[in-house]
Amino acid sequence: MKLFDKGRTVKNHVWRPLFVVIGLVVIILLFRAVYVPDDFGAHERGYTFGYHRLSNEQAWRDFPAKYADSQYCSGCHADKSNQIEAAHHAMIPCENCHGAAFDHPEEPARLTIDRSRDLCLRCHAALYMPGSGRSAIPGIGPAGHNPGFECSDCHDPHNPSLEEM
Amino acid sequence: MKRRDFLRQTAVFVAGASVSLSALEFIDPRELLAANSDLRWAFLVSTHKCVGCGFCVKACKIENDIPLEANVTRTWVERYVIKKDGDVVIDSPKGALHGFKSELADQGASGTVRIPERDVAQAFFVPKLCNHCEVPACVQVCPVGATYQTADGTVLVDRKWCIGCGYCIMGCPYGVRFFHPIAHVADKCTFCYHRISKGGDTACAQACPFGARMIGNLRDPDDPLTRTVMTDRVGVLRDEYGTKPQVFYLGLSKEVR
Repeated sequence: MKLFDKGRTVKNHVWRPLFVVIGLVVIILLFRAVYVPDDFGAHERGYTFGYHRLSNEQAWRDFPAKYADSQYCSGCHADKSNQIEAAHHAMIPCENCHGAAFDHPEEPARLTIDRSRDLCLRCHAALYMPGSGRSAIPGIGPAGHNPGFECSDCHDPHNPSLEEM
Repeated sequence: MKRRDFLRQTAVFVAGASVSLSALEFIDPRELLAANSDLRWAFLVSTHKCVGCGFCVKACKIENDIPLEANVTRTWVERYVIKKDGDVVIDSPKGALHGFKSELADQGASGTVRIPERDVAQAFFVPKLCNHCEVPACVQVCPVGATYQTADGTVLVDRKWCIGCGYCIMGCPYGVRFFHPIAHVADKCTFCYHRISKGGDTACAQACPFGARMIGNLRDPDDPLTRTVMTDRVGVLRDEYGTKPQVFYLGLSKEVR
């Protein structure tokens, strides 16, 4: 039996799959060249930690903020800001109770105030916490202290002084 | 080949092969400058000041579009109760989204435990967030270059590039990463990159009434954070992992993991 044709050392059935593989590699490289953006690569932090799409950093910088801060609030609501400024609750940012500003006063035009008992209890539920600032805050037992009422029915959150109640 | 030639050529070859490739590498001055840039974000947490109100968790979730009631969060607060017999009870119901209002410690599937006041030796709160490590294990394991560290030290996730394989979630020794239930990609604390890069404060730090959280630039010697880190007794979480975490804690106790 003849294994080789005259003058040919490797037969077509050997070459053909090789061409297919080379073709596949070329297709993958072409796809990669189109699909992978130009700014993708190892940047300042090197190959191990900085291999990324550079434009994504800007995308994160452009993420919309929801919270303004209390100074933004006092720009218009100076009367309320000054009132709370003089009270124990001055340390609490406006948005913690009044809700995140988003694009207020455009959108939303009115903020939803959280007047719930649960909000006050975040700090004022009495816990036995030696070694924590929690112990220094006046606390109540939520089950025993006028259950069913909102705290703001009796207490003024902008002036929580018990003497001036 | 003569024996003499063979020995000489072997010696030359070994000497040549032992020169490491890095010795021949040219140092790019830009690379050096970037490694020593004038901005490196870091975070400082005071466990003495934290009262466990959870306003930080709520603000973080609203600021960063993390579904409020989903059981995932970029930052959370843990309550540590150390008993007189040395036992440590840790709980963080819903990541302290609603704060701590009860002395019952939430132990997940095994229910709640009440620790009698007379058994308590110490009890305090520890806020947790991404440590934005100098050697971030989570970034190294990403197979597609979706998570990365910026020149100023922040570790971010490219939501368009992430394939959701979850390696980084497993790789983080601090468990700060999770699968975002809506974006369907890995998610984590960004140090509120959109706020701090515009000169603002992080949402958690600005929501904290007690000043327990602070963001700052470690490369600025006059930054209040840098002054505290350089002069006060600060600790980091899980130092032994070698990740060089950049969230520093005041009042860290050995029980805190």
